[in-house]
Amino acid sequence: MDFIAILSIFVLACFVGYFVVWAVTPALHTPLMAVTNAISSVIIVGALIAAAAAGIGAGSGVAKALGLLAVVLASINIFGGFAVTARMLAMYKKKERPVAPAASK
Amino acid sequence: MHELTVSPWASLAYLVAGVCFILALRGLSSPASSQRGNRFGIIGMTIAVVTTLVTHVPLRSEAWPPGNPHDWMIDWTTVVEILAAIGVGAAIGLVTARRIAMTAMPQLVAAFHSLVGLAAVLVGVAAYLNPQAFGISDLVIPLIGQPFAVIHPVSRIELGLGVAIGAITFSGSVIAFLKLNGNMGGKPIMLPGRHVINLALLAAILGLIAYFVTDQSAWIFWTVVILSFVIGFLLIIPIGGADMPVVVSMLNSYSGWAAAAMGFTLHNSAMIITGALVGSSGAILSYIMCRAMNRSFISVIAGGFGQSSDAGGPAAVSDRPWKRGSAEDAAFLMSQAEQVIIVPGYGMAVAQAQHVLREMGDKLKAEGVRVKYAIHPVAGRMPGHMNVLLAEANVPYDDVFELEDINSEFAQTDVAFVIGANDVTNPAAKTDKTSPIYGMPVLDVKKAKTVLFIKRSMGGVGYAGVDNELFYRDNTMMLLADAKKMVEDIVKALD
Repeated sequence: MDFIAILSIFVLACFVGYFVVWAVTPALHTPLMAVTNAISSVIIVGALIAAAAAGIGAGSGVAKALGLLAVVLASINIFGGFAVTARMLAMYKKKERPVAPAASK
Repeated sequence: MHELTVSPWASLAYLVAGVCFILALRGLSSPASSQRGNRFGIIGMTIAVVTTLVTHVPLRSEAWPPGNPHDWMIDWTTVVEILAAIGVGAAIGLVTARRIAMTAMPQLVAAFHSLVGLAAVLVGVAAYLNPQAFGISDLVIPLIGQPFAVIHPVSRIELGLGVAIGAITFSGSVIAFLKLNGNMGGKPIMLPGRHVINLALLAAILGLIAYFVTDQSAWIFWTVVILSFVIGFLLIIPIGGADMPVVVSMLNSYSGWAAAAMGFTLHNSAMIITGALVGSSGAILSYIMCRAMNRSFISVIAGGFGQSSDAGGPAAVSDRPWKRGSAEDAAFLMSQAEQVIIVPGYGMAVAQAQHVLREMGDKLKAEGVRVKYAIHPVAGRMPGHMNVLLAEANVPYDDVFELEDINSEFAQTDVAFVIGANDVTNPAAKTDKTSPIYGMPVLDVKKAKTVLFIKRSMGGVGYAGVDNELFYRDNTMMLLADAKKMVEDIVKALD
């Protein structure tokens, strides 16, 4: 992909993000932060490439070690982020209507 | 030239992952669809990780120099190392997610942001040290000496920006974590001339990244990394506790931009789409928080809010008479009411009073009282903080209302019950032009027939450092106690 193609994806994704995020209900802003945090750990893709690379040159061994460390950090975020989001979302419950029949005095 | 040809299938898979992430955020438009959204996120991440693992199988070669493709075989040691790294991260992440208290969510999110930032820096450093693996360089084989990699100029900018944003995210989030976790005072720490220092650092970082295009020397790269760590630290140090919702959102945004910058480096659409989504998400949340405080983003970033109490309402106001009530008085007033609106704030989170508060609400409902909850956008330490705590306590989400939806109802409400909130109820925001919070949208609790205000003591002021005129009004009854203790006593009195 050339730079302009990538830039196009980026700019369009910014607009998609703008509209999608405004549609998020304020009550779910904390889960929104937790889940965005989990998905921004897609940076693990870069970490995996670095960890898997058999490179040339003196730096490649260090690069591999840093890659592995980044895999650990990103995995904490991915698993922790999605799990904590799931835990929070499971708590949002609707009112059980039949139990409390609108009793006004 | 692109040495690292990505197969069209891999590109397609990354695109699908990106779309899954869009659907994940889309699901959060209502609590009903939110869990499906989270599953989309998990699917997207699985696709991205599996695609990378399959297209980047670690290889090694016995033969040297490794010329023949048949010499390459799978390097199982590295495969095991990678899987172990994922396993370790998964274990730490899952245990943390399970154990964390809901009241500690702002700290947790700040800690997670710091990890994204640090991971971005590590990936950036790895890409700088081994650019061939990332396909961002050309190999130059000189007549004499070792072959060396020349990083593409565009990649150098992307790499420089990526590590800079990552480093700022990391050190900024660490400070935010320490402040939210109470390891560090919430009061802003002001360095003299900090604006000049920050601007100079920023200019230095950008200048060095520009210079990096012409010269890929290590010292430039490392100086960018170090200066970025320093500026992230300096940016958050002067920001006070009340502005933390903006800071947390802003760091959320930065972690997205860091991922996007790395996506540019790797030509990876999943990373770019995600980065853009997260970046705009954090930016929008910061904007919403700033609007809810009637402050400009610049003034929040400049910091120092809530450090002095001499601004606005003079201290002499504290001598004015006020009424004190007991738990029994509060219980009586609320049980006689037709409608009670509960206004929770950060103090409720600190006192962990959400469960007993819901119990009180249930008791009142059983007596035929309409109970609603009113949430100010900046109540708590992060966007939506109060909503999560109420959800944890099993308060149905259709009893919980946002500022704009409920503010007109206070006039027809018998009792407004303020627990752990202060500045967001202060009428001075509408009337007193000299007040630091003037112009901030507030909950109109004073319009209720009676205001019950739980506060630990009369001495303290809110985070904005201003006195609240509400305390001295005729229709206000102060309930001075720990929030949890007071609500427990009210529940007892309601029996």
